[in-house]
Amino acid sequence: MTRKLNTVLFPALTGAVVLALWYGLHFFLSEDRRFLLPTPGAVLAALRDNAPFLARAAWNTSQGALLGFALAVFVSFTLALLLSLSPIVRASLYPYLMALQLTPLPILAPICVIWVGAGINSVALLTFAIAFFPLVVNTTQGLISTDRNLVELFRLYRASRWQQLFLLRVPSALPYFFTGLRIAATLAPIGAVVADMNAGSSAGDGGGLGFQAIIYSSQAKYPALYATAATTCLLGFVFNAVIVIVARYSLQNWHDSYERPDK
Amino acid sequence: MSAVVKIEDIHKIYESGEVPVHAVRGVSLEIHQQEFVALMGASGSGKSTLMNLLGCLDRPTRGSYLLDGVDISRLDKNELADIRNKKLGFVFQGFNLLARTTAVENVELPCLYGKQRMSAKAMRERAMHCLEIVGLSNRADHMPNQLSGGQQQRVAIARALVNEPQLLLADEPTGNLDSKTSIEVMGVFQKLNDQGITIVMVTHELDVAHYCKRYLILRDGVVVRDEATLDRSIANVELAKLKQAETAAKLLGAGSTAA
Repeated sequence: MTRKLNTVLFPALTGAVVLALWYGLHFFLSEDRRFLLPTPGAVLAALRDNAPFLARAAWNTSQGALLGFALAVFVSFTLALLLSLSPIVRASLYPYLMALQLTPLPILAPICVIWVGAGINSVALLTFAIAFFPLVVNTTQGLISTDRNLVELFRLYRASRWQQLFLLRVPSALPYFFTGLRIAATLAPIGAVVADMNAGSSAGDGGGLGFQAIIYSSQAKYPALYATAATTCLLGFVFNAVIVIVARYSLQNWHDSYERPDK
Repeated sequence: MSAVVKIEDIHKIYESGEVPVHAVRGVSLEIHQQEFVALMGASGSGKSTLMNLLGCLDRPTRGSYLLDGVDISRLDKNELADIRNKKLGFVFQGFNLLARTTAVENVELPCLYGKQRMSAKAMRERAMHCLEIVGLSNRADHMPNQLSGGQQQRVAIARALVNEPQLLLADEPTGNLDSKTSIEVMGVFQKLNDQGITIVMVTHELDVAHYCKRYLILRDGVVVRDEATLDRSIANVELAKLKQAETAAKLLGAGSTAA
């Protein structure tokens, strides 16, 4: 009971300290510079006043992020199966996969716009580009890190290559896959926002959070800008929470990193 | 009695390194049905190589090996794999159970492969029967991480039995277990042996070898000793002794705190 209380109490305490510092800093600034750091109250008010815009923008960004994320999961899993086949396949493909990861989004963005046009297609494609790499690297590592003894056991009893892959390698790669998924789930909303700034389109109310941020900063609506930041954070939290729950549900029965209550 | 294993002047030379390694240098051996053999020797004595040969994981460089009347040295890789699946059961030091998989599904694993597939129901029945033999039918739905080390090894033994092998090969099966659990596992082996199963076991622990009926000692690739075990240990007796000692210790402990 006290433990449970502590897990609520201490984070709440940290929050209170941060809020106090925030207010302190705000009033420490000279009056003509207070716009730099609006009070939490002002941010909340902006959140309330701009709720319809922010909600619509968040929804648009989520769609792009989800689409790109789903594409990344599907493609990376398929590719990881291929990459796990042999070191030669990995050596021949990894440098080019890295190249994709090493190219910054703002540079990829105009290329995407030429390809599929500004808007959700580009946002999804760019989210895919950023979420894809950690997924494929982690999943491949998982597929090739199967316990050697178990691989030999499968050979011993004459398992086919497919049986070895789907009964042994894929299940034991799951923890790695979920690690990649968590990294990708953090990157996907950020990627979608950055993509939205660089390749988004506001046509037909299609603008996302990145677009909204550009609008608010050009209008000098700083509390609304902070409110946009908060919305982006919230979106990231939701993405992560869903993945954590899914991972826990799929792994809890057998993986050591999830302690069972009856043990 | 017919010989399950008949080896004549078997040699194994590994050519892969710079210098060829002559790991087994002329071993002749007959193992009959219902024997229980301990294979002992220091590391580098050739016992693992001999075990690999017995397990059809490797073919001898020279010499002949008849397993249940079939000449192994003439078979190709696929035929060897078939023989392994049909005639041999394997138990390992590290248990090698699949993590996400219940005990009974682990036992079913060897049935999933090989040529003759049976129905899911027949497979389940057979697996449950094997779990019963090792005394774990009440743990069929448990995951490996819910089982103790000894229980995991018993599940692994049940898995080795599921294809009704002619010969059970165990490689240091008690190597990862504490002494009491080791005795329990040896008890399972003794019970299986009493029911007619032939067992060959690699071990480096003398007291574990004492539970077998016959022991071989290898040195430098040849058998230097091949004898029947004198005053063989019986697991049930040893466990009873252990229990008695524990009870006595508890009584003594209780007595001393009372005084």
